[in-house]
Amino acid sequence: MLQHSDDPDTFRANISSWIEAHCAPELRAIPRTDQQICWGGKRFEFSSAAQKAWMQAAAETGLSAPRWPIEYGGAGLSRQQEKVYREELARLNAPTPLESFGLWMLGPALLEFGTHEQKLHYLPQITRGEIRWCQGYSEPGAGSDLASVQTRAEDRGDHWVVNGSKIWTSYADQADWIFALVRTDREAPKHRGISFMLIDMTAEGVSTKPIRLISGASPFCETFFDNVVVPKEDPAGLSRIVGELNRGWDVAKHLLTHEREMIGGGAQGLLGTRSLGAFLQDLDDQVLADPVLRTRAMELEVDSLATAMTLDRYKDMAKQGGVGHASAMLKYAGTELNKRRYELLMSVTGSDGLDWDGAHGALPSEWLRTKANSIEGGTSEVMLDILSKRVLDLPSQ
Amino acid sequence: MTASLVPSGDEVMLRDSARAFLAEASPVSALRANRDAGRPYDPGLWSEMVKMGWAGVLVPEEAGGADMGHRAAGILAEEMGEVLAASPFLSSAVIAATALRAAGSARLAEIAGGATYALALDETSKFAPERSGLQATRAGNGYRLTGRKCFVADGGSADRLLVLARTAGAPGEPQGLTLFDLDASRAGISRSPRATVDSRDHANIDLDGVEATGEDVLGEADNAMAVLAPALRAGQAGLSAELLGLTSGAFGMTAAYLRERRQFGRTIGSFQALQHRAAHLWCEIEVTASAVANAGRVLDETPEEADLAVSVAKARATQTAKLAVSEGVQMHGGIGMTDEFDMGFYMKRARVGAEWLGDYGYHAARVAAARGF
Repeated sequence: MLQHSDDPDTFRANISSWIEAHCAPELRAIPRTDQQICWGGKRFEFSSAAQKAWMQAAAETGLSAPRWPIEYGGAGLSRQQEKVYREELARLNAPTPLESFGLWMLGPALLEFGTHEQKLHYLPQITRGEIRWCQGYSEPGAGSDLASVQTRAEDRGDHWVVNGSKIWTSYADQADWIFALVRTDREAPKHRGISFMLIDMTAEGVSTKPIRLISGASPFCETFFDNVVVPKEDPAGLSRIVGELNRGWDVAKHLLTHEREMIGGGAQGLLGTRSLGAFLQDLDDQVLADPVLRTRAMELEVDSLATAMTLDRYKDMAKQGGVGHASAMLKYAGTELNKRRYELLMSVTGSDGLDWDGAHGALPSEWLRTKANSIEGGTSEVMLDILSKRVLDLPSQ
Repeated sequence: MTASLVPSGDEVMLRDSARAFLAEASPVSALRANRDAGRPYDPGLWSEMVKMGWAGVLVPEEAGGADMGHRAAGILAEEMGEVLAASPFLSSAVIAATALRAAGSARLAEIAGGATYALALDETSKFAPERSGLQATRAGNGYRLTGRKCFVADGGSADRLLVLARTAGAPGEPQGLTLFDLDASRAGISRSPRATVDSRDHANIDLDGVEATGEDVLGEADNAMAVLAPALRAGQAGLSAELLGLTSGAFGMTAAYLRERRQFGRTIGSFQALQHRAAHLWCEIEVTASAVANAGRVLDETPEEADLAVSVAKARATQTAKLAVSEGVQMHGGIGMTDEFDMGFYMKRARVGAEWLGDYGYHAARVAAARGF
């Protein structure tokens, strides 16, 4: 059992030996591929017994959601302790035991807007990896203009009937439940008639269709709702609406902030925990002899380091009272940087990096995938709009 | 583990008081007045800064300083940059104070008292300390210095000069350099003021058989880097902060103009083409602000590991300032090109700051070296 010591050094030592005890050496090999991510959920197939054991150990300790309160299945760590935990994971090359949209998005929304009963019911299912959630936001007619979602939920007394379709629903075909923005008042102004609804993906009338992307992968789906019945209350008396009815836009905005920070944080992909420098050193000497490539690598490194510092600074600011709309900066800067990083990786690997599955793993897929970074969760242009209007207070007329 | 990059309560107070003082004592119009009078800085303003303890910001309390650290020095430099306040602050209170402190020099108290210093280092158009070749040859018990230093910031007016000279080895070698702390009026020193674009004090300095003794050596002979390296890091971090302040000053003017200037029957700030450029610039400034704050923090906490943090800050600050002043002039249109308008002063100082103590390429290369390529 993990000891939550207040002394940072003791905590680090404890967490480190806990990781070593529960995360099998086979899980700590790099490079790691997307297939090795543990998503949890009823349909998830563990890549190994070790992966399952690692997730379960984390769930028992609450470390699948380090900062969530213990009563809701988390570990109740402080921000500082969480940082130490993440540092030790990275140092030991241990994968995050569980990743999911429940942890990243629904959980934070419930913690902010949910009732105590909703939290008690839904959050531990997430931390234990039992239920995998997906996010139903965008629609064919509501991309950047998200508030014009048309999927509607009609009030039929003790239940809703949902009709419409969602698009870019990440991993909808593997999810157990969806949290979706649905229109519950068609007369109200567009931001005031949306509710944040929880829907069982196994309900009659829900169907999904994967979308094949330029990267060859199909992480996104179309999700269709055809007369789907959603009870207003579970048998346990829990509401399927998070926050107030018709005020789902508030929840969505809050969540988008989380999503933006997450995307802005940027997955390291191919590099893993390796620095760009270490990666470059493993390449042919000729590569860095090219002054243009060398210059690009140097510029990227300067900007990467400064952006990482900014992420830290904003996390601290968020803790001390919030960053508001300025979080759009993290999303914009982080995703544009990640695209640059992958353009550089493609350039420095040359023809070796052109195979779908070759000397540099699935580099082309990762490279192509980064192109979505500056679109999903609000395009770069939408981020610049938000910053101009909300932060710089530039006029609309 | 670095402390949070978010300012502490004390730091917010320091910034507020510095800002209030400078707005009154040294608005941009003061730079214009200095320039028109052919005066590189206003000694009266400097005395005020000395009285407030700014000259001793990095001087220990036992030597009469306030010993507030590099992050605090950075906040002061940033506020000076915001209004383009010209003063010997970076040369004396930051660079010289750090060098003298590293050497344990008794003259530290003079710095806290307002004595001004200049660092005479460059010999070519690009910053490269280890390539210094100015000769200090052994002569009896002492040395004789002969050669030329160029682009010496505050070199025309400083009371004392820190002169980097070669006492052994060949240019390019970091060893064999010695730092001399000399009175600027010593026989054999002649100073030629330069008219640089930023209207501040820069000079070329000729040394013609200048006699120096072991007493004049700061730190150890042949080992200047032990005292110079910390001083350069401090100066580069301080200059990054000044450039960040300058950037913020230029951006503030530009954003205000976007909100008020009308063309085509609407405010130009309502045009998305300009909004997105302004927002992009703001993002760049935020990222650079983190790098600048981080450099100060690391210098205060683990100075020996600060090379990377300082070079990230100087590289970023240089590029962001360049972007901010270019966009500033472009978004102001014709008026941005006029001498009557202040934006040009920001552009000129940004250019000088870009070169001083290492340009973008110098610092980016140091980042690459520190990161293993």
